[in-house]
Amino acid sequence: MDDHLLTMRSITKTFPGVKALQDVSLAVRRGEIHAICGENGAGKSTLMKVLSGVYPAGSYTGEILFDGNPCHFSGIRDSEHVGIVIIHQELALVPYLSVAENIFLGNERRGSNRLIDWNRTNAEAAQLLDSVGLRENPVTPVGQLGVGKQQLVEIAKALSKDVRLLILDEPTAALNDTDSEHLLDLLRRLKERGITSIIISHKLNEITSIADTTTVIRDGRTVETLDMRADEVTQERIIRGMVGRDLDSRFPERDSSPGEEVLRVEDWTVWHPTQDRKAVDGASLSVRAGEVVGIAGLMGAGRTELAMSIFGRSYGRDISGRLYKRGKEIRARSVSEAIANGLAYATEDRKKYGLNLIEDIRRNVSAAGLSKLSRYGWVNSHEETKVAEESRRSLNIKAPAVSSIVGKLSGGNQQKVVLSKWIFADPDILILDEPTRGIDVGAKYEIYTIINRLVAAGKAVIVISSELPELLGLCDRIYALSAGRITGELTAQQATQENLMELMTKERELDR
Amino acid sequence: MTSSVTRPPGQAADKSESAPSDALHTGTSDVRQLLTRNLRQSGIYVAFVAIIALFAILTDGVSLSPGNITNVLLQYSYILILAIGMVIVIVSGHIDLSVGSVVALTGATSAVLVIQHGMPWTVGVLAAIGVGLLVGLWQGFWVAYVGIPAFIVTLAGMLLFRGLTLQVLDNISLSPFPPDYQRMANGFLNGLLGGYGYDTFTLVIGALAVVGYAVSGFRTRVARIRYQQPVESFPLFVARVVGVGAVVMAFAWQLAHARGLPIVLIVLAVLILAYGITMKQSVFGRQVYAIGGNLSAAQLSGVNVKKVTFWIFVNMGVLSGVAGVIYSSRSNGAQPAAGNMFELDAIAAAFIGGAAVTGGVGTVVGAMVGGLIMAVMSNGMQLMGVDQSIQAVVKGLVLLLAVAFDVYNKRRAGAAR
Repeated sequence: MDDHLLTMRSITKTFPGVKALQDVSLAVRRGEIHAICGENGAGKSTLMKVLSGVYPAGSYTGEILFDGNPCHFSGIRDSEHVGIVIIHQELALVPYLSVAENIFLGNERRGSNRLIDWNRTNAEAAQLLDSVGLRENPVTPVGQLGVGKQQLVEIAKALSKDVRLLILDEPTAALNDTDSEHLLDLLRRLKERGITSIIISHKLNEITSIADTTTVIRDGRTVETLDMRADEVTQERIIRGMVGRDLDSRFPERDSSPGEEVLRVEDWTVWHPTQDRKAVDGASLSVRAGEVVGIAGLMGAGRTELAMSIFGRSYGRDISGRLYKRGKEIRARSVSEAIANGLAYATEDRKKYGLNLIEDIRRNVSAAGLSKLSRYGWVNSHEETKVAEESRRSLNIKAPAVSSIVGKLSGGNQQKVVLSKWIFADPDILILDEPTRGIDVGAKYEIYTIINRLVAAGKAVIVISSELPELLGLCDRIYALSAGRITGELTAQQATQENLMELMTKERELDR
Repeated sequence: MTSSVTRPPGQAADKSESAPSDALHTGTSDVRQLLTRNLRQSGIYVAFVAIIALFAILTDGVSLSPGNITNVLLQYSYILILAIGMVIVIVSGHIDLSVGSVVALTGATSAVLVIQHGMPWTVGVLAAIGVGLLVGLWQGFWVAYVGIPAFIVTLAGMLLFRGLTLQVLDNISLSPFPPDYQRMANGFLNGLLGGYGYDTFTLVIGALAVVGYAVSGFRTRVARIRYQQPVESFPLFVARVVGVGAVVMAFAWQLAHARGLPIVLIVLAVLILAYGITMKQSVFGRQVYAIGGNLSAAQLSGVNVKKVTFWIFVNMGVLSGVAGVIYSSRSNGAQPAAGNMFELDAIAAAFIGGAAVTGGVGTVVGAMVGGLIMAVMSNGMQLMGVDQSIQAVVKGLVLLLAVAFDVYNKRRAGAAR
């Protein structure tokens, strides 16, 4: 028992209506690098939030033993106190403060007069930077450093707190290959110094090269724990653990009879708005009338970036590439141009980008199609109510009236309002980004039915989803996206969860 | 799309589907609905009535006397005009701190032309509104197209336009305006139909307003029934028209016994009507609410956010020009310090009237009631001889409480999600 630094036993965490974690166990040996793998939404982040006290003791069941002692963290301060430090994917540094100030934020080095001892602060910071191999002046503002170096500052910050268990959530997702390699080297060196790490990553090649043990999580359960040293564990072996999810959601029947090509995207490249990297790299795809095309990709693969940049350039900069509608090149440089060209995009984050939560169903449904309801700039509000009422009926939105405030509806019903909005705009091509995220099984089935109705009416539909069974159940064709590139295209007959996951985790060619 | 929705087994049919038709013509449920539907809005009306009643008692009815009602209207007309523009700015999620300075600048422009150069009063009016338009174009450009927060742009504008006012006026006050110009803010339409100790014309206009209200209400009702939407029961509808009609006629009666129908009241009524309908029924108005409610969602729904924001500020500039004309006419001249702190009164009116600090919520009528609450309070306290300092304290507290009420409401709504 004693060679385990951390043991999590039978952790179960429930959110209203969803079991995020079910009887999950995790055992991390002293001084090892332990990888956690799983699809988007498998429960990796939730597990780490339980461990670090973001979800306080009592909000979950099961036990946590750290260094043999049972732990009941009520906040992140408690877990840091025993030496557990988590570094999130979105770095938590203050860009305008210096490297040294960031490292000792909340943990300031004070002198005898209770004021901050800047000499000591900067000297200790310099030592820490040295130990993570970052040659930077401690007084440099963090915002001037690249993402890779900021990651190292985060690790230096963790070291300043006498870290014993370092948790890195997708540490290399935003890094280029050199920086990634550097970071992995550092983890190996920290291991030699006796620091245990947990790394969450989608990059299976990194995991096979660095991890001593890998735990695979799927649908909130521990699937297996693989010893990476004992037997030769390949990437394919891990993939088999990650997928293999039951096809538990049922899909309504649909006759597939695609017609002519409606939209073709050629050589689409998009730069990240602030970072010096391509979010989408030379992607080409097409969709036909009456066809459902899927886009599969892990978090950060550039799925949403691809969709939003096509939809009136609402994401990214220096966008290049061509769009063809029914064989003719079109311009969609703004959202209104995109809508005028028959495009629609239903966002993955309906609360943030899809809905006006303080308004009623009626005004949300009409938001993208007001021109159809107005003459000389005046809205016919009676017609608007009628249209909303029709949507409410045909999409079965469960609300007392169309004057109900959208913010008070359930997730599934909110999603139906988003769909109503775009259906009313009467597009030819609908891009649905995670159309069933965060909604219950019954509502999912209804959304699938709505998609089938759209396709039957001759619309072209592109579905982006993290759930592979969903893509397999819905789509005629599926594109796989990895690191901004389309790494493969499979027909519904060819596609399996395994070969999709393989394409989704495929290494990009090193040409940058 | 003819295919019907197939439901997964075990899922019950939607029970609420028939709810709206049940609610048709049921009087009792909609009285409650009328009161609870929008607590934020109805709360303001209740508060308004309570404050009027309070000061009527405290001043032994003086506050409701014909002369005093007329006075309140004349004194606060320009604040109300500013509040119309301000509530639109606030609904879109911005703020405008410069309107006081713009009132001064536009009034000064007009005064220089009319008083110093002896031009006709119409030239002064057009010039003032033109300067307001230019100010709006300037501020709209910086906010919408350069992306500088409106707080900063209009804070700069507050200094900038105050400075320009001093330049235009050469640091001195100009006075007086010719009688035609003064009439705009101080004049009355009366005696047109003869007087019998009271002004018949004012009463006729009041009656026409009531008839207009009843007719438009009835037409909306007919349209709603045609579109099979719930409407209030007919007796309730009649009661509402009679109630509003009584208040309007009582108001007209008091005005008729003073000096008749103030010209500014006509200007104000036209503006309230035009902007109220624009915000409620036009595509532009919808887009303002959409931007304030969720900017990203509005953008992704095809709203040209920059263009709409730009015109919101242009409009604010023009209305500031109108307020500048009215204020200069009312004060019969232009002073370097004119319009000082008007922006705060206009902002307070919008917030007391139920506009949300975070944008997306607020109505023109609400802002008018908010402005009138401030007006009635100030006027009432003046009549009672309350010290200026205490007046400021009370007004400050009322603003704070109104916004606290809004924040409280929103938190409650958030918890319900």
